[in-house]
Amino acid sequence: MTTGATAAWTRRRWLKAALAAAAPAALGLGTYHAAAAPRQVVIKMTVKRFEFSKKVIVVKKGVPVVIEITSLDVPHGFAVPDFHARAEIVMPGKVAQVRFTPDKIGEFQYLCDIFCGEGHEKLEGRLIVRV
Amino acid sequence: MIRLKIDRRKFLKLAGVGGAVFASGLPGWAEAQSMAKADDFLFVQLSDTHWGFQGAPNPDAGGTLRKAVAAVNELSPVPDFVIFTGDLTHTTDDPQERRHRLTQFKEIVSAIKVKDVKFIPGEHDASLDRGKAYGEFFGPTHYTFDHKGVHFIVLDNVSDPAAALGEEQLTWLKADLAGLDRDARIVVFAHRPLFDLMPQWDWATRDGAKAVEMLMPFKNATVFYGHIHQEHHHATGHIQHHAAKSLIFPLPAPGSQPKRAPLAWNPAQPYSGLGFRQVGTRPAAYGFDLTEFPVAKKA
Repeated sequence: MTTGATAAWTRRRWLKAALAAAAPAALGLGTYHAAAAPRQVVIKMTVKRFEFSKKVIVVKKGVPVVIEITSLDVPHGFAVPDFHARAEIVMPGKVAQVRFTPDKIGEFQYLCDIFCGEGHEKLEGRLIVRV
Repeated sequence: MIRLKIDRRKFLKLAGVGGAVFASGLPGWAEAQSMAKADDFLFVQLSDTHWGFQGAPNPDAGGTLRKAVAAVNELSPVPDFVIFTGDLTHTTDDPQERRHRLTQFKEIVSAIKVKDVKFIPGEHDASLDRGKAYGEFFGPTHYTFDHKGVHFIVLDNVSDPAAALGEEQLTWLKADLAGLDRDARIVVFAHRPLFDLMPQWDWATRDGAKAVEMLMPFKNATVFYGHIHQEHHHATGHIQHHAAKSLIFPLPAPGSQPKRAPLAWNPAQPYSGLGFRQVGTRPAAYGFDLTEFPVAKKA
C-alpha cells in the first residue's frame, strides 16, 4: 500500500531526476543521461574543402561517441580508423552519424577518406581520448 | 635465351649509384636465378608522376618526368613493357586543365622507346570525375592482358572517390579468376594498396580485402602498386605487395611522423627518394628481381 505522502515524495524525486537528465541537452551541451543506457556524447561538426570545423576532439574512454557531421560543399568522408568508425559518405545538407566507443586512451587521427581535391591529404583532425 | 643481365657499368654512369635489388618469389627462387628461361622478361614500373604539380617539394617538377623517361630509354636490355601505376597528373578542379595535363603527360611519355606502355589511373587523375577524362586519353581503367605466361590484372581502386573497387569490378575480377588454374602466374597492378597499410593516411582500399581474398587460392599472385610514394614490401599470406617510389616527391614511412606531408627537397641530394623500378620476371620459377633505379644521376 502507498500512502499519499510517500507518493508525493516519489513524484518529486522522479521530477528532479528527469530535470537533471534533461538539463544538459536543454543547455546545448550535447550530452544526456538515460536511466538504462550508458551515457553518450554527441559532437556536431561540419566539413568543407579542406577543413573540419573541429580540428581537435576530446572524448573519454568508454563513453560512446556520436559524431554528427555535414558537408558545406562537396561530398566528403569521415573516418576514425583506429576505432573502425566511418561514415559511408558525408553529403552537403545531410547529417551523417558516426558512432563508436573509444576503448583506449591516446591521440588518434580522423580524416576525410573520400577524395575531394588538391587539399584532400591535409583534411584531418586529432581525436584525444582521456581517462 | 634471354639473359636478365643488367649492364651495370652503363647503369652506374646513368644513375650515379647502383639500384637496390629485392628478390621476390617462391622458395628456391635464388637458386633458380641462374636458370634463365626463354620466357624471362623485364618490365618497368613508374608511378605517381603528378604532372602539373608545383611546389617546394620538387623545384624541378617540370623536368623530373623527362629525366625518368630518358633513364628508362637507357635501360639495357630493353624492357618488354612499361606501366605507370597511377597519379599520372596532379589533381585539379578544372576539367579543361585536367585534360591539358593529361595531354602534356601523354606527349612527354610518348618519348619512351618501349613500344608497349600501359597506364592505370590514380585518385588525382580520376576521383573527381570518376575516370571520365582519364578514359578519353587512356581507355578502360581496369583490364587484363597476358604476356609470356603471366596473367596481368589491372584494378581500378580510384575512380570511386571512396577508394573502393566496387561490386561490379569485384564481380568482373571473380569471373576473370574463375577461368584460371590455381597455379596460374598472376600479377596485379593497382594504384592504392589493396591491404590496410595505413588507413589513418588514406593508404588503403575500402574493399581491397575482398580482392585479396579472391587471389588467396592462387599460389602465384603478386601485387605492384603506387600511391604511397616510396618503396615498400608487405605480404598478406603468400601474396607479396610491392609499392613503387614516386617521380615527384617522397612521402614519409607509414606512421613515422604525425602527418603524411611530402619530404623536403634536399638541394645536396636532388631527386633523392624518387625513382622507378625494373622488374625481372621469370614465369617458370614465378620469381621477380626488383631493381630500384634513381630518377637521375647525382649532381
